Amino acid sequence: MRLLLFSQQCHNIDAKQYFCGQLTHSKDYRSMQTTLDEIIHKYKPGSREMLLPLLQDIQLEFGFLNEEAILRVGQHINLPSSKVYGIATFYDQFRFVQKGKFHIKVCCGTSCHMHGSSGILKEVERVLNIKEGQTTRDGRFSLEAVSCMGACGQAPVMNINGEFKTALTLQDIAKVIDDYRSSM
Amino acid sequence: MQEMDEKQFLIDKVLSAKANLDQKDTSELLSLMRHDTVNKPVVYIGSGTCGKVASADETLEAIKRYLQEKNQEAEIVQVGCIGLCSFEPIMDIQLPGKARISFRNVTQEKVEPLLDDIFNSEVPYELILGQFKSARHNAWDKVPFMNELPVFKLQHRIVLANCGICNPDSLTDYIARGGYQTYLKCIRNYTPEKICGIVEQSGLRGRGGGGYPTGEKWLTAHNVVSDQKYLVCNAAESDPGAFMDRAVIEGDPHLLLEGIAIASFAIGATKAYIYVMDEYSQAYFMLDQALSQLKEYGLTGYNIFDSGIDFKITLVRGPGAFVCGEETALINSIEGKRGMPKPKPPFPAIEGLFGKPTVVNNVETLANIPYILRHGPSRFNEIGIPEARGTKVFAVSGKAMITGLVEVPMGTKIRDIIFKIIGGVKDGKDFKAVQIGGPSGSCLPENQLDLTVGYESLWNEGAILGSGGMIVMDEDTCMVDIAKFFMNFLQKESCGKCIPCREGTRRIHEILENITRRPTGESGFEVLERFKGIMQLADLAEVIRDTSLCGLGQTAPNPLMSAMKWFREEFEEHVFDRKCKAGVCKELRLFYIDVDKCTGCVACLRKCPVNAIVGQPRQPHFIIEEKCIGCGICFDVCKFVAVKLK
Repeated sequence: MRLLLFSQQCHNIDAKQYFCGQLTHSKDYRSMQTTLDEIIHKYKPGSREMLLPLLQDIQLEFGFLNEEAILRVGQHINLPSSKVYGIATFYDQFRFVQKGKFHIKVCCGTSCHMHGSSGILKEVERVLNIKEGQTTRDGRFSLEAVSCMGACGQAPVMNINGEFKTALTLQDIAKVIDDYRSSM
Repeated sequence: MQEMDEKQFLIDKVLSAKANLDQKDTSELLSLMRHDTVNKPVVYIGSGTCGKVASADETLEAIKRYLQEKNQEAEIVQVGCIGLCSFEPIMDIQLPGKARISFRNVTQEKVEPLLDDIFNSEVPYELILGQFKSARHNAWDKVPFMNELPVFKLQHRIVLANCGICNPDSLTDYIARGGYQTYLKCIRNYTPEKICGIVEQSGLRGRGGGGYPTGEKWLTAHNVVSDQKYLVCNAAESDPGAFMDRAVIEGDPHLLLEGIAIASFAIGATKAYIYVMDEYSQAYFMLDQALSQLKEYGLTGYNIFDSGIDFKITLVRGPGAFVCGEETALINSIEGKRGMPKPKPPFPAIEGLFGKPTVVNNVETLANIPYILRHGPSRFNEIGIPEARGTKVFAVSGKAMITGLVEVPMGTKIRDIIFKIIGGVKDGKDFKAVQIGGPSGSCLPENQLDLTVGYESLWNEGAILGSGGMIVMDEDTCMVDIAKFFMNFLQKESCGKCIPCREGTRRIHEILENITRRPTGESGFEVLERFKGIMQLADLAEVIRDTSLCGLGQTAPNPLMSAMKWFREEFEEHVFDRKCKAGVCKELRLFYIDVDKCTGCVACLRKCPVNAIVGQPRQPHFIIEEKCIGCGICFDVCKFVAVKLK
């Protein structure tokens, strides 16, 4: 699925614009390239052990890894970009779709699961009308299910842009999301 | 200026072992530095991740506001987690000459009345947790001592001794408590062989789950001749429901760093790596800060305290994969490859990171090292049982009365942990099972609770100690659902190298999905497939266990096998009766409408997605069971509680 998404990113211009969130020749694109350059040149070329920290730094800056970043990192580290992509998809941390303005993480750890987090996740999916791992069309919300946030005492928990919502019930969800929606 | 003096004093006198620490002025200065005696009031606030989730930041703001408004002079110290996560935010107050007193659930609106009372020497009893025993201070009246509370009474804290008590931001605090003096004693007076010997004598075994004797591992790496050796600290704690390592890092980072420094010296490594999960942003920040402090004091770098020893610690942000808890996978991940395990031998102690001898130790293992070397191996050896010495930290969560961290001596009964220390199951529900050892651990029923904490004692019963997650389950938990949950987690996290693990875990998850799915419209062939799957479940589990390369695969069938062993009737109920007693498996729920209560409002009839409800307005409705998919919408929309579970 992810591979399909990626090939779409590479060949389909519409998809590329959608996923990268910017036009190829716009000002934004050029500024993105300069930032990318700056990050990449902090690292020594050709050193394999710097691959993951480099990808992490890029993701920290842009919120996700786009096609451009993966190609450039491959050139810099001297590794085929297919391999870079393969490694990036192996780890849970890396995303390939732009984050929403509000990034929602629903905890699906054991303790949260016992307190009904699967229902919470379904409810968020229903309210936002997206699936886990996706971003809403208007780019406001993105949803991610994480394995444990270590807040087992206050289960079930959800994290929106770093802010924790604890001891949630199904009825709370729509209100919480509405609050964020109206705060924009 | 004062900071500078403190630093110089600690470096010149304490760390260089030139001053007599028992001298009165020196010992008084040290006790001030570790906040043992205070000149002005000190407010401590639990600011670990669990505290922050429970809005400790707002409480902190409220405290600052209060102190400013009332013009009250006081110092605020942010401490880590003391291990009582369900009581967060926890606030401690220490007045000059008085014992330190601790309050629970101090949300921001409670700050003002509480501080008002305390500064007028009154005790608000309803929020009280306890007071710390100290010979130097006057105790508060009618306030229980912390170490006499049932939660702490049976615990023996070595790793967590200072978590939530000391100031994790401050290196002076740690040195004033006797920190890094053990490390310097080691590099000045001991040979690496001697340290390996001491650790071996102490009987310390790896706390990450494998249980390999630490001293032996170190000696192997020490005996290999190589120009470069590495020590790797495994802080890739990604088990859902385990947060011991994070608490240690956030609460007492220097304890871990001292352990790493000693271990590196013992094996002859000049470089150490700490592999921390990237999600643990606070833990990463604490370590980063602690490392820059060490550099300032000259405790890392070249020629440490003129001993001729060079030592450097590097932090690595782990990008999140459960399998990276396995040592060879972790090494691959540091090298910038996919985190996939490699066959052993060669063991990492002989050929590890970048092909050099590498020792990989867990956070908890390394945090035990300073204690062993400070007090000698015999003192550590007295704790625990012959097969396992020392203590074990457990992260207790789930439906437990108190969620948090518990450190008990090896050999403690699991029953004692659950019923004596954490106070049993919350909301007065019945205990059903406890899951030990993270996602690949086992579920133990009530009659197995007399098992003791240890390595072999649990292995013999098909359970594992694992890294120390302990999840308490009550009667509302469905064991099939729990097994399905763990299998889903493991099939997602399987790295994909060994086919039995990659495909097998997925098949097991599918089979479990099948038996929790509603049989509506199932053809004869599908029923046959379902039963065939169930019959092959045990064989499949055995194949995965026997043919996988790493610990993840070998232990992957554990949650399923233990649940099937101890809760067989529950599985049979799901398979044959198509019923879930706990009501967790949503698709197996059967509803009926109570004709006496139904007013015929047609709310359920309109909402039913499959038109399984029939009836006329103002007449009682009925549910057609064959059509019903068990979604529960009618149950939720009915205002008259007429829709009921069968």
